[in-house]
Amino acid sequence: MRYLPLTDTDRSEMLAKVGASSIDDLFVDVPEEARLSGPIHGLPLHASEMAVEKHMRRLSKKNLAAADAPFFLGAGAYRHHVPASVDHIIQRGEFLTAYTPYQPEIAQGTLQMLFEFQTQVARLYGCAVANASMYDGSTACWEAVAMASRIARGKRSKVVLSGALHPHYAEVVKTMAKFTKDEIADAKPVMQGSPDNEGLIARIDDNTSCVVVQYPDILGRIPDLAEIAEAAHDKGALLIAVNTEPVALGAIKSPGELGADIVVGEGQSIGVGLQFGGPYLGLFAVRDPKHVRQMPGRLCGETVDAEGKRGFVLTLSTREQHIRREKATSNICTNSGLCALAFSVHMTLLGEKGLRQLAAENHRLACLAADRLASVPGVSVLNDGFFNEFTVMLDRNAREVVRELADRRVLAGVSLGRLYPQADDLAGGLLVAVTETTTEEDIETLGTMLREVLS
Amino acid sequence: MNTPNKSGWKPEVNAPEDGMHAGPETVTGNRALMLDEPLIFELADNMATGVDLPEPASNAPSRLGGMERADAFGLPGLSEPEAVRHYTRLSRQNYAIDLGLFPLGSCTMKHNPRLNEKVARMPGFADCHPLAPVHTVQGALGVIHELGEWLCKLTGMPAVAMSPKAGAHGELCGILAIRAALEARGDARKVVLCPESAHGTNPATAAFAGYEVEDIPATGEGRVDFDALKARLGPDVAAVMITNPNTCGLFERDFRKIADAVHEAGGFVYCDGANFNAIVGRVRPGDLGVDAMHINLHKTFSTPHGGGGPGSGPVVFSEALAPFAPLPFVEQRGDSFHLVEEETAKADHEQSFGRMTAFHGQMGMFTRALAYMLSHGADGLKQVADDAVLNANYVLRGLDDLLHAPYASSGPCMHEALFGDDGFEGGLSTLDLAKSLIDEGYHPMTMYFPLVVHGAMLVEPTETESKASLDQFVAAFRNAAERAKAGDESMMQSPYYAPRRRLDETQAARKPVLAWQEPDET
Amino acid sequence: MARYFTDEHEWIDVEGDTATVGITDYAQEQLGDIVFVELPEVGAVIDKGGDAAVVESVKAASDVYAPIGGEVMEANAALEDDPALVNTSPEEDGWFFKMTIGDKSEFEGLMDGKAYKSFVDGL
Repeated sequence: MRYLPLTDTDRSEMLAKVGASSIDDLFVDVPEEARLSGPIHGLPLHASEMAVEKHMRRLSKKNLAAADAPFFLGAGAYRHHVPASVDHIIQRGEFLTAYTPYQPEIAQGTLQMLFEFQTQVARLYGCAVANASMYDGSTACWEAVAMASRIARGKRSKVVLSGALHPHYAEVVKTMAKFTKDEIADAKPVMQGSPDNEGLIARIDDNTSCVVVQYPDILGRIPDLAEIAEAAHDKGALLIAVNTEPVALGAIKSPGELGADIVVGEGQSIGVGLQFGGPYLGLFAVRDPKHVRQMPGRLCGETVDAEGKRGFVLTLSTREQHIRREKATSNICTNSGLCALAFSVHMTLLGEKGLRQLAAENHRLACLAADRLASVPGVSVLNDGFFNEFTVMLDRNAREVVRELADRRVLAGVSLGRLYPQADDLAGGLLVAVTETTTEEDIETLGTMLREVLS
Repeated sequence: MNTPNKSGWKPEVNAPEDGMHAGPETVTGNRALMLDEPLIFELADNMATGVDLPEPASNAPSRLGGMERADAFGLPGLSEPEAVRHYTRLSRQNYAIDLGLFPLGSCTMKHNPRLNEKVARMPGFADCHPLAPVHTVQGALGVIHELGEWLCKLTGMPAVAMSPKAGAHGELCGILAIRAALEARGDARKVVLCPESAHGTNPATAAFAGYEVEDIPATGEGRVDFDALKARLGPDVAAVMITNPNTCGLFERDFRKIADAVHEAGGFVYCDGANFNAIVGRVRPGDLGVDAMHINLHKTFSTPHGGGGPGSGPVVFSEALAPFAPLPFVEQRGDSFHLVEEETAKADHEQSFGRMTAFHGQMGMFTRALAYMLSHGADGLKQVADDAVLNANYVLRGLDDLLHAPYASSGPCMHEALFGDDGFEGGLSTLDLAKSLIDEGYHPMTMYFPLVVHGAMLVEPTETESKASLDQFVAAFRNAAERAKAGDESMMQSPYYAPRRRLDETQAARKPVLAWQEPDET
Repeated sequence: MARYFTDEHEWIDVEGDTATVGITDYAQEQLGDIVFVELPEVGAVIDKGGDAAVVESVKAASDVYAPIGGEVMEANAALEDDPALVNTSPEEDGWFFKMTIGDKSEFEGLMDGKAYKSFVDGL
């Protein structure tokens, strides 16, 4: 077997050294009735590299890849061009096959990268401190809610979710809250050109620990967070801003500068790729450094070594499960280190200049697409404002339209019916995302195809 | 094979030797291939970029609703050659499995086959959107289904939840399913029992799910004390969480008896599957009475650790817990695969405890793990467990005459060997021995875990080490142990040869600097 | 002024109706370099034996329990900027908090300086 270096001679010598007559002797503590006599039934035997590759390629080819069709899907996962050097760097063995940097003297590569990553995220979000990453945006969102409860020291039990928070994120929060004492005030999105800030603010009360607002929201609209922050702070609640498209922050104000207290989000857009939903990259930051000790997850900090040289270590670990056990801020252990590296490399290649250009190009194409689709009979654009994703209302069930267009090899977007299956009044809604990977020809094809299936 | 120089240990690396000078100071501060690297914020400015994108037209339309980001926010950019060099230099400050033996007990740092990387990047997997119409992603759903079948068959369990993002997320998944099952029968139990030797995520998870955590006592031989556990069981105990093989490296002989007793008392059995790699293909946890167990794909099934993640933690369930598994999941109907989400769950999965992550789990890890399983097959996976256990016993017997091995007489170890710091002299500790191993070119073993052994050293060589590699490692470890027992003070300053000497963690925690700031700002 | 000690290695100074609480020199030595002290909120009412503060070193976090019941009147703000005070001056400048004395009978069973010294010597 190509991954196992021991030879049969080695095995015999080693068994002799440990005083066992056969390998079975080493499994004597397994109760006899639980010992298996041979390879597990119903599974194939070992296979060559070539055979495995062939099997996997066959499965891969059964999927319609984004590159093979005009592609307009978003709703929390976006297709962006990832420079070739990003994938090269994350495949360097020293990054790919390293562990969590618990021995900092021989993990400065990972640690310095995390320190740079934390700084990049903090600046992108307009915050003071970011952690070294979470699993993904949705779990980071729940962790932020749990953190707000800790800051309220259990004196406030209500969590107000904006109706325009990604429904999967809302579901994750609701699932977790079933097992804690948090009471979740949920709502459906209000289908209008601008976000319903007024309705949201009316739901904040003195028992509210936090308000959770997506920015830009699930329908692609851009809420004025400053107004919500002020209302939340007036009631002593924290504002949690959720961002699922970090490229947007190359064009629109950061949640931190608008007054959000905790900013979380999905980092997948930068460097990570679609990957059918995972692994992704949870981003987590706080505006006020005094909240750092309530943060979940790993933090990397600067220090010096015994010779006075600058170096980096994991720090403030007493928040974490391996020390605090049942009193930890979270049970999280693994982060999303390799995806954080991909994000950081891509962000370094972009720089602020590149990020702004990238954002502008996304917005330009999105405006073009919105205008083109608005010209199709039976289609109206909902949004007053948007970044690279907007909602159109069709005069037919959008889910059916998406399926029909997929059969014509056009991936038209994410229907609101897919996200809100129980809401008949949203059935005509279609989210359309446009990035720098979208061509003007793709937009024209979508317009033409929509006209065909709608008429 | 290289052998360590037993007689010529020279901790003062910078001191001139006979006829040799330490060398002059360098202008750059670098030493040949020892290249230090500034932060990107010190290297670059905000006007540089390594991508070619069009400059936005001045008359471009803006529909941002007046939310334009006007102020500069300080993200430096580098051209591609500079960026590649920056990260390549950083990478060389890291230890990695690709460089050498990485004996972190219970973390399982085994070789990561590169075929896995290749298949994960096939466009049908890497370039597919999680919300693409289901009929356009049948291959991706097929991977999830096929991997799930492997996991069920390898564990002898009937159901699996694929969405948990890592081991601790899997633990949460299992405990939430247990809580949902108890609530469904109107049984509000309050307590989860964990052994003291448990990984910190176990009690943290149980507490997160609203349970009180109590310790399970252990016997002197390092296993769960069955009689004491049985005595503690009762109508308030929701579950026991037991790692098997346990974190002392031993198989829990009484697991089946424990499971039966827990079930009889109305509770559930959670098995932490972090160490499944020791028994994969040899023992099916389903045969031992497990109700839920997470599997760390990065431990048993070779997906890369990536400097701390991403992980992936599918959870297998017994019949009793299967109805409570989270959404979404993949179901095969005839020739095609369906995705059961909130919409369809109402009809045929109404007891699910809900969604715990936005999408379907760690697809990029699924493809890698499946490639690994297909490569080994049922026969090869059994050999994986055999070799992992043989290698660990070889290390245990190579060191137990010299180092305190508290459970060496408790029977063969499984995949890892546990030692304590008894007999170290001169105030030397496990930490000092660990840092000395760094100088020998090794990543240290897991230190100070499990908590039940003083100065614990948990060594897991894995099956992907050759005998020659183990021989050299044992020789280096013996040398370090002998020095620790002799009270060799020079160990307190180790490592000497790493990119950094010991780092001041106290300063880092007292005055946290968690983001870079321009020097004139501070 | 009377000083009492607990077997959890806390000291309590009693002056009139006010008690000042900190951890002992022995405790700080066992804990090593203190990097952070989480202090109770002023106004918090705590019971004898309840969680009152958390003292952290790099690799450990230890709970400090209220030696008696009462209301927290003041927390030592100096520890926020300089947690090392607990190491350099544990039984003076490194005090944790001041509290009211709810029930004087709760002092029964606490140790005086001499008894604490022999308690520590016996460890």
